[in-house]
Amino acid sequence: MGFDRKAVIAGVYEHPTRFAPDKTMFQIHAESARGALEDAGLAIKDVDGYFTSGVGPIGVLSMAEHLNLQPRYLDSTSIGGSSFVAHVTHAAAAIAAGLCEVALITYGSTASSDRFAVGTGGGFAGDPPDHFEGPFGPTVLGSYALVAQRHMYEFGTTSEQLAEIAVTIRRHASLNPVAKFRESITVDDVLASRIVSSPLHLLDCCIISDGGGAVVVTSAERARDLKKQSVLVLGGSEACCHTAMGKRDLTDMAAKQSGPRAMAMAGVTHKDIDMCMIYDSFTITVLETLENLGFCKKGEGGAFVQNGRIGLGGALPVNTDGGGLSSNHPGMRGIFLVIEATKQLRGECGPRQVKDCEVALCHGTGGMLGLRHSGATLVLGKG
Amino acid sequence: MAEERKYKKPVPRIDEESKGFWEACQRHELYVQKCRACGVFRYYSRALCPTCLSSDTEWVLSSGRGTVYTYTVTYQNQAAGFRDELPYVLAYVELDEGVRMLTNIVGCAPEDVKVGMPVEVSFDDVTPEVTLPKFKPAS
Repeated sequence: MGFDRKAVIAGVYEHPTRFAPDKTMFQIHAESARGALEDAGLAIKDVDGYFTSGVGPIGVLSMAEHLNLQPRYLDSTSIGGSSFVAHVTHAAAAIAAGLCEVALITYGSTASSDRFAVGTGGGFAGDPPDHFEGPFGPTVLGSYALVAQRHMYEFGTTSEQLAEIAVTIRRHASLNPVAKFRESITVDDVLASRIVSSPLHLLDCCIISDGGGAVVVTSAERARDLKKQSVLVLGGSEACCHTAMGKRDLTDMAAKQSGPRAMAMAGVTHKDIDMCMIYDSFTITVLETLENLGFCKKGEGGAFVQNGRIGLGGALPVNTDGGGLSSNHPGMRGIFLVIEATKQLRGECGPRQVKDCEVALCHGTGGMLGLRHSGATLVLGKG
Repeated sequence: MAEERKYKKPVPRIDEESKGFWEACQRHELYVQKCRACGVFRYYSRALCPTCLSSDTEWVLSSGRGTVYTYTVTYQNQAAGFRDELPYVLAYVELDEGVRMLTNIVGCAPEDVKVGMPVEVSFDDVTPEVTLPKFKPAS
């Protein structure tokens, strides 16, 4: 079942930049690829599977050209910020099936130096549902706010509880030398920050940065010759969640479908998970994801994130790198979930290391939570 | 002068799958689709029923009444048109027919909008070709 421990993550690299007006996004992809391949101890000529999203008009082709790759496996899965989490699952499946052996996943973006309004730019993609939505002005941020408001109505979740998520993840960022924002904040600071789309305050929202990263997935067999400890890809699954013909419950997320499947494939239960990397486009994303993954019941997310439970030293540390809320969010941050989880499982995180970290869960959410979004869950284990 | 009054916000593309809906809006009538084969209501308009793939569609005249399922008061939107009208209220309204639609709440101050509030459709003739179904507090 699953990947039979045949696929491992052998190399990871997070580009240290958060503002790079002197670089193109293609360059950030390439520098990240170099970093991850060096980390793996492999060469660019070893790469025979290539995965990316969000760069160029025709899937992987532009970057494959830029890196002069000739892969035998191509994957341009583009489902929003979760794409790169899904890419790891797809790479593991391809490797297990013998379709490729060294899979390179890259990401890069100059959203900050481009002054790209990631969450509040409006935008009208022109697909059938957009014609019934665009005229009314949904922004990415607004789509998450709709969910937060409903969650507050149904369960009494408070702004203070959402703020705890931002405060905790900022605390983690203070331990990460490359995080964009590292100064500590309080719940009061979050509540005092301006409302962007009610009920979400500015500090409930992810930052905008330049950045990038890369991951190398290979076979366990190939990894035996490599010097660094590799990390096992134990299970993965994905799902999408949309308006469901006008009947979607906004407190449901794709995580509700992909989480149990990925965990079952990995043969783990909630108590086996030592830390989580949860896509934190907004505080509400984290809260609802924890509920939908089943770490707590619907409606209990507010209490779950209080009293240090999701902080370092707590029962379930979340986003130890400082997340998208404080460290790095160039528009799509799925790759950073995989990178940090891998570093945690290797014991490389220094002051932000989770003790005895043996199993990590990554969950990426892509798209517009209140309209249509994707979920990709990945379970990784110490090799 | 004409340039100043030009409608800058997106308008829907009215095509084979959606024209029944938008033409009715121009007549100030709100219609919801119902599949004749399996009976399931759907919003937004499609030619085929996603539940059973039948093309046999009934258009049901909605009462135009419903409640606010959720909402958000948006204070920041860089897009043309919207940036001139901040803040505005984006909402899902749950119609009495059981389907939820994305819309704007108009006709009241943003701070007066509440989840669960009863609303009724309020048609906005935004251009000569397009009328949008928005909602206001029910009388």
